Amino acid sequence: MFELAIFDAALRMATPLILTALGGLFSERSGVINIALEGILLTGAFASIVATFYTGDPWVGAFAGILAGVLVSLIHAIVSIVFKADQIVSGVAINLLAMGATQFLTWIIWGSSANSPPVAGMAHWTLPESWGALARGVNAVIGHYPPLVYVALAAVFVSHLVLWRTPFGLRLRATGEHPEAVETLGVNVRKMRFAGVLLSGALAGLGGAFLALNTHQFVKNMSAGRGYIALAAMIFGKWNPLGALAACLLFGYAEAVQMGLQGRGVPTQFVQMIPYVLTMVALVGVIGRTRPPAASGKPY
Amino acid sequence: MRNVTAVAIVLCLVLTVTGCREPKEAQTEGVFRVGMVFDVGGKGDKSFNDSAYRGLLHAADEFGVEHTEFEPGQDADRETGLRKLAQAKYDVIIGVGFLFSEAMRSVAVDYPNVRFACVDFDVRPDETLPQNLAGLRFREEEGSFLVGVLAAMHTETGRIGFIGGMDIPLIHKFEAGYIAGARHARPSVSTTVAYTGTTPQAFADPAKGKELALLQYGRGVDVIYHASGSTGNGVIEAAKEAGKYAIGVDSNQNYMAPGHVLTSMVKRVDNAVYMTVKSVLDGTFAGGVREFGLADDGIAYAVDQYNEGLITDEMAAAVEEAKAAIIAGSIVVPKE
Repeated sequence: MFELAIFDAALRMATPLILTALGGLFSERSGVINIALEGILLTGAFASIVATFYTGDPWVGAFAGILAGVLVSLIHAIVSIVFKADQIVSGVAINLLAMGATQFLTWIIWGSSANSPPVAGMAHWTLPESWGALARGVNAVIGHYPPLVYVALAAVFVSHLVLWRTPFGLRLRATGEHPEAVETLGVNVRKMRFAGVLLSGALAGLGGAFLALNTHQFVKNMSAGRGYIALAAMIFGKWNPLGALAACLLFGYAEAVQMGLQGRGVPTQFVQMIPYVLTMVALVGVIGRTRPPAASGKPY
Repeated sequence: MRNVTAVAIVLCLVLTVTGCREPKEAQTEGVFRVGMVFDVGGKGDKSFNDSAYRGLLHAADEFGVEHTEFEPGQDADRETGLRKLAQAKYDVIIGVGFLFSEAMRSVAVDYPNVRFACVDFDVRPDETLPQNLAGLRFREEEGSFLVGVLAAMHTETGRIGFIGGMDIPLIHKFEAGYIAGARHARPSVSTTVAYTGTTPQAFADPAKGKELALLQYGRGVDVIYHASGSTGNGVIEAAKEAGKYAIGVDSNQNYMAPGHVLTSMVKRVDNAVYMTVKSVLDGTFAGGVREFGLADDGIAYAVDQYNEGLITDEMAAAVEEAKAAIIAGSIVVPKE
């Protein structure tokens, strides 16, 4: 349960959750519920593989994932901010659209409704061995995981600073709490909400890119509910980047322990309950009452 | 609370998604028409469904039959798909995958003039099938036994792994045959078994497949046999990354990572589909369970240019010997 391989697996599995949960956080902090994260994650995964397939460069793929995430979230932003439609309904519609569209395009591009051909993955960040001890030390630290794992961890701290240490963060949070008050102070509520939603698209899109590039392939519906789990992690972490990070790591770790315990004489069904039981225990015992941003979900 | 409700609503709605395409109505009298409804993997999965589709195309080529395919978006669409094809008076309707078993039972009774066949039909003990329903089953345990022999002879660490998709009796057959084969070739071999999940989604989560495989490789396992649909794409990816070996399933997956796929346990779903269509055409179609195994080329293990270098003469001899013994009945392969 405490071997290194388990921690490795946990961190890699938590990475798409971390990015997506951060995305959800920016959106909800601005007052827009973003159920569409699942669809954005899937679209990001798809776009990253398409771009990598045509350019051969997974970094181009990662940017394509971000771009696709932004574009999809733009739909959500327009529908729920400009047209003030119900945010849940819009999110659901986007998820359905993403499922159908990615599968359809997979068929158009690769003639398969199930998966893409394998593409190049991201090389780990490493220094040449010839640099000696320094290179080996550096490689052991930052060459151990795929690069986007470090990007995700960095994104947590950057998000924390942005939300709590910049005027933009203050305005974004205020918009989600009390948009009328924000407006009277001359801040454009719409702009803030657009920023929140588009940022969420960029982050979830990058999460999708990690998911797909790490398996070197797009497989239909490969998001497999991770968007919803990320939403749960965001709530679990009390709409706070560091809290969300902790929640995602807990989910990833529980999942990894579940995998690690399999085949050791414990019945599978029992082992597979572990992540859910841990979640409930933590929710009841540690987290207590959670409170969403006051204006979250309310069109303005 | 609101968020929880929202998530619940979304989940419900997602479950109602459909990917339906209307089957063609009968335009021409007298043309023989075959309908095929695919499993979760869908057409182009380079595995199970593609194999069924190849069989359909083969039959279409040879007998000049018309065919239509249908990909259900969600669980409820499976039965809808079957009914639509039956209403459109297709001559034979083939469901690809055990998930169709329940729907097949009820639809076959409602349309007695249409012939149905279900690949991997999940037969109940003492069940008698309607005369118009053929349950096509494979002795996966036999093929799994053979790849188990190869795995046990190839491993350097003496540890081999198995990764299943959904934790159900159908997949347990693969596991049981594999382990029996490995022990047959090398009694001291140790095995590590893992399942991806307990829902059909377990067959379509390559990210999880990869992590499961990396964990096993990290613990000294050097050959992993997967029976997990596209989740297994992640297993094969992990083999490539870790410099270890995987064994493919259903279709020949050797090409997916040349040099890292030891072999593939091939289910000749194409043969079964082809023979079913043929039997309807020549009037020999009969309802009931039909089993395909090593003896009638319903099951095989794959050797091609991508893995020849991995299979030594000694391994080839041992596996052929085991195959002959299974066909002769001197080795009885366990199913669970």
